[in-house]
Amino acid sequence: MTGDTHDRPHSRGSGSSDPPAPALAIAVRGLTRKFGDFVAVNDLSFSVKLGEVFGFLGANGAGKSTTIRMLCGLLRPTAGTALVGGIDVGRDPEGVKRRIGYMSQRFSLYETLTVDQNIQFFGGVYGLSSERFAARRKFVLEMAGLEGREKTLTRDLPGGWRQRLALGCAILHEPSIVFLDEPTGGVDPLSRRRFWDLIGDLSSKGVTVLVTTHYLDEAEHCHRLAIIHAGKLAALGTANELKQVFASRPIVEIQATQPVLAMAALDRLDTVEKTSLFGTAVHAVMRDTRTTAAMLAASLAASGVEVRGIAPVSPSLEDVFLDVVERVAAA
Amino acid sequence: MGKILAVGAKEMRQILRDRRTLLILLFIPAFFLLLYGYALSFDIRNVRLAVQDRDRSTHSRELVSAFVNSGYFALVGYEDSDAALARLVDQGKVRAILSIPANFERDLRLKRPVTVQVVIDGDNANTASTVTGYARTLIAEFGAVQMAVRTPGLESRIPDPGPRIPTITIEPRIWYNPQLRSALFLVPGLIAYISMITAVVSTALSVVREKERGTMEQVRMAPVGPVAYILGKTLPYLAISFTSAVLIVFAAMALFDMPMRGSWPLLLFSIGLFLVGAQAQGLLISTIADTQQVAFQIALLSSMLPTMILSGFIFPISSMPTVVQGITYLVPARYFLVALRAIVLKGADITAFWQDLVALAIFATVAMGLASLRLRREWA
Repeated sequence: MTGDTHDRPHSRGSGSSDPPAPALAIAVRGLTRKFGDFVAVNDLSFSVKLGEVFGFLGANGAGKSTTIRMLCGLLRPTAGTALVGGIDVGRDPEGVKRRIGYMSQRFSLYETLTVDQNIQFFGGVYGLSSERFAARRKFVLEMAGLEGREKTLTRDLPGGWRQRLALGCAILHEPSIVFLDEPTGGVDPLSRRRFWDLIGDLSSKGVTVLVTTHYLDEAEHCHRLAIIHAGKLAALGTANELKQVFASRPIVEIQATQPVLAMAALDRLDTVEKTSLFGTAVHAVMRDTRTTAAMLAASLAASGVEVRGIAPVSPSLEDVFLDVVERVAAA
Repeated sequence: MGKILAVGAKEMRQILRDRRTLLILLFIPAFFLLLYGYALSFDIRNVRLAVQDRDRSTHSRELVSAFVNSGYFALVGYEDSDAALARLVDQGKVRAILSIPANFERDLRLKRPVTVQVVIDGDNANTASTVTGYARTLIAEFGAVQMAVRTPGLESRIPDPGPRIPTITIEPRIWYNPQLRSALFLVPGLIAYISMITAVVSTALSVVREKERGTMEQVRMAPVGPVAYILGKTLPYLAISFTSAVLIVFAAMALFDMPMRGSWPLLLFSIGLFLVGAQAQGLLISTIADTQQVAFQIALLSSMLPTMILSGFIFPISSMPTVVQGITYLVPARYFLVALRAIVLKGADITAFWQDLVALAIFATVAMGLASLRLRREWA
C-alpha cells in the first residue's frame, strides 16, 4: 500500500511514523480494558497476519467493540500492548489512525450530504492530495457501484449501497489495515454477499481486515476466527480447526414433530452430551463416536417420540460458537 | 489547515442543505427583535386622564392643556364628583386624575402657594412612579413659567426669575438619550440577548448531532485533532451568527431609531468577540450533553436566563445584592452590553471599555479551553 507521507505535528517523531514493515499486521498481548470495576476486555492475546481476514465473534457485550476501539487508538488500554501495523496504539494512537480504516455498524456517513460530498469530506480529513483524491474517488464510486449517483443524498440510498459507500470512505486513504465493526447489520443477503466479495478483494490486494460480526454464516468467509466471551478469548483458529472440537463428539440432527419433547427425551440419554434447537430441528451432541444415528432413533422410538428424520451432520459455526460459550460459562 | 477546511466545508454544506434551519438562524433573531422591541418598553404614553377642575379659569385650562400636549396624558374628560372619579379609576377607565382647586388662578396671581393634586392608579408600581415623575415635571414647568411671565414688568420677556424670586433649581441634562426612550436602553440588550441564544444553541446542537448520529466516531477514527475539528465546526456558525447579529443591528437602527455614533470596525470586532465566547459556551455544552434535546435545553437555559437577568439588560447590576453582582461577572453579555451601549449610544472609543473587551476575550478563551479539554478527553 502507499505510505502516508504527510506530516502531522503531533505524531511522535519520524522514527515511529515509518517503521519497518512488520511481520504481523496486528499483535495483541495481554490487552485489558476496565471501566471502573467492570472488565470489558480481559487479558486478550492474539495476532493477525498481513492480508488476513480475521473474524471476531462474540455476543453483544462480549468485548468486541471495546477491543476494536482500543486497536484503532480511540480507547486507551488499561493494561497490555497492541501493535497495529507495527505501531503501539497506547503510545501513538494518531500514528495508528493514519494507517487504518474504520467502518462501524452505524454506517457513519453524513446523511444530508450527497455521495460525492461524503467522499470529499473524508478525502479532506485524511489530507489526500487532489490527484490522489481524484483517483481514489473514481475507485470508490466504481467499487460501490455508485457511478452516476454522485449527487444522490446519502439518506436516499438503499442500505447496501450506503454500506459500500461507507466502506469506500473508510478505505479512501488506502489503509493497510481495515477494521469493520459489524459492517453488515440490517442489510439484505444479496448486499451482504457483495460486501464480502469486496472484503475478499481487499484481502487479495494485501489489505488486512479485522471484522466483527454476529452472523455466523458470514464468519465462514474469514481466514481465521476468534471467539470472545465475557472479554476473554474463548477460541481461536480457522473455521475448520474450530470445528475440530466436535471430532470426537458427532452431531446428530433430529427432525421431530414435537422438538421440545424430543429434546427432553434426548437429554435423559446417557449417550447424549447436550441438545440445542436449530430452527425446527434439534442438534444432539454425542458423548463419543460409538453412538450412531440409528441407535439414537431406536432410543427415541422407545420413549415414544415421533421422529421424522434423523441423520449425522457436520458441525456448523453456530454449533461451535454455542459449545465454546457454554464451556467458558461453565468454567 | 486543510482539515479545518474539510470539516468547515462539510458543515457549511450541511447547513445549506437544511434551508429551514438556516433561515431560522438568520432571520428569527431579527424577528425577535421586533417582537421584544415593541413589547418591552418602559415608556408610558397616553395615560388616560380625568380632570377635576374646580377653578374653571384660563390658568386651569392652560395646566390641563400642558398635560395633554405633553403626549404623556390623554384627556378622557372632566368630572366634578369625587365618587364618580373614584369609580372611573376602579373601572380602569382612567389611570390618573388631575385635581385643580378653586381659586387656582387667584392664588397664582397673588403668588400664594397652590396645591394641585394628582391621583395615580398604583396597581402597577413601575407605571405609577413613572407617571408621578411626568406629572411633577409638568407642574413644575407650568409653575415656573407662571411665576416668571405673570410677574409685573416682565410680561413679554423671556422668563428671568433671577433677582426677584431667588430659587434653586436643578437643571437636569440627560446625555445620549435626552427623551429617556427606554428603547435606546433596551435595544442593545436585545441584540446581546438574541445573538447569545442563537450562537450558543446552534453550536451546541451541531456537535451533539454528530455524537447522536455516530458520525463523530467516524471522524474521531480519522487523523483529525479535536482543535481542527472544533474550528472547522464552529467557523461556519460564527459566520452565520455574525451575519445575523449585524442584521439585528440594522433592524434596530431602522425600526427603533437606534443611533450608531461610534466606529463600525469596533462594533463588529466587539460582536465577533462576544459571539466566539458564546460559541465556546455552546461547545462546552455539547461536550457534556449526549442528546440534542438535552443540549438544547442546557443551551437555552444557560444563555437566556443569565443574559436576560444578570447582564444589566433589564435590571441594573448596581442594584443587585452583592452575591448576585458577583455572579454577573461570569455573564459575558454583561461586558458586551457595556461595549455595545458605549459604541452605539455614546460613540465612545475603545479607551472607555477596553476592560470589557478583555473580559470577553478571557471568557472566550477559558470556555474554549474547557471545551477542548473535555473534547480531547472524549476524543482519545
